Amino acid sequence: MSTDMKRRIFLKGSLAAGAVSVAAGAGLLMPQQVLAAWPKAAFEAKSIPDALTALMGSGDTTTSDKIKIKAPDIAENGAVVPITVESSMEGIESMAIIASANPVPLIASFSLSGSAKGFVSTRIKMGKTGDVIGVVKAGGKLYSASKGVKVTIGGCGG
Amino acid sequence: MAKSSIKIRAKTKKDVTTVKALMTHPMETGGRKDKKTGKLIPAHYIQEVVCKHNGATVLTANWSGGVSKNPYVSFKFAGGAKGDSVEITWHDNKGGSGTQTAKIK
Repeated sequence: MSTDMKRRIFLKGSLAAGAVSVAAGAGLLMPQQVLAAWPKAAFEAKSIPDALTALMGSGDTTTSDKIKIKAPDIAENGAVVPITVESSMEGIESMAIIASANPVPLIASFSLSGSAKGFVSTRIKMGKTGDVIGVVKAGGKLYSASKGVKVTIGGCGG
Repeated sequence: MAKSSIKIRAKTKKDVTTVKALMTHPMETGGRKDKKTGKLIPAHYIQEVVCKHNGATVLTANWSGGVSKNPYVSFKFAGGAKGDSVEITWHDNKGGSGTQTAKIK
């Protein structure tokens, strides 16, 4: 009897704790709306032109040799692929990194202020072999360059 | 996330400052399955990173879950002198955030 009672109490207690954590979870989700600047549509787009239109206002890019992409030819681990996008162009407003074969192609976008140089480097995940595209917006126009990366082990599945 | 979730190195050379930062974050895409339960692991990734030099924003990055776990970011900007402050702040999709300030070396 007494153990059973304790069990009841314990169950009640854990249920209440569960409710509290749900409430806390809901509260934690709220600040998401504060990040209004985060381009949700661009990061949900499944195609590259859609993502670019949502992000930079246009899906048309011009291939440029002024953009350099540094990425490995063969990535052994798709979960960590070092990517550097560098451009010598003047008046760069923003830069984006796209992995064409990923379920969500747009990986990162960087908006640069006046003193920032056209250089960003980060590490990305790649689901499978595909092109890494660097997009640079300068003077209202979009320029891009791409580089194929062969992925041995994908970094998006589990 | 603890406050010391970011490591920053900033160096000035020939009037160009290079900043390298390493953040501690799981960066879950939301598309990955837990191998034991077979359930999807909820998305948890950094959405916005703001980098400031002496209080002025130099770079704002918007990320998807496609950036690797424990993200690394490096960028360069003109100007900057020894002792200037570089501040990096991140916000994730669950409302978490982290911030760190470092001095340029």
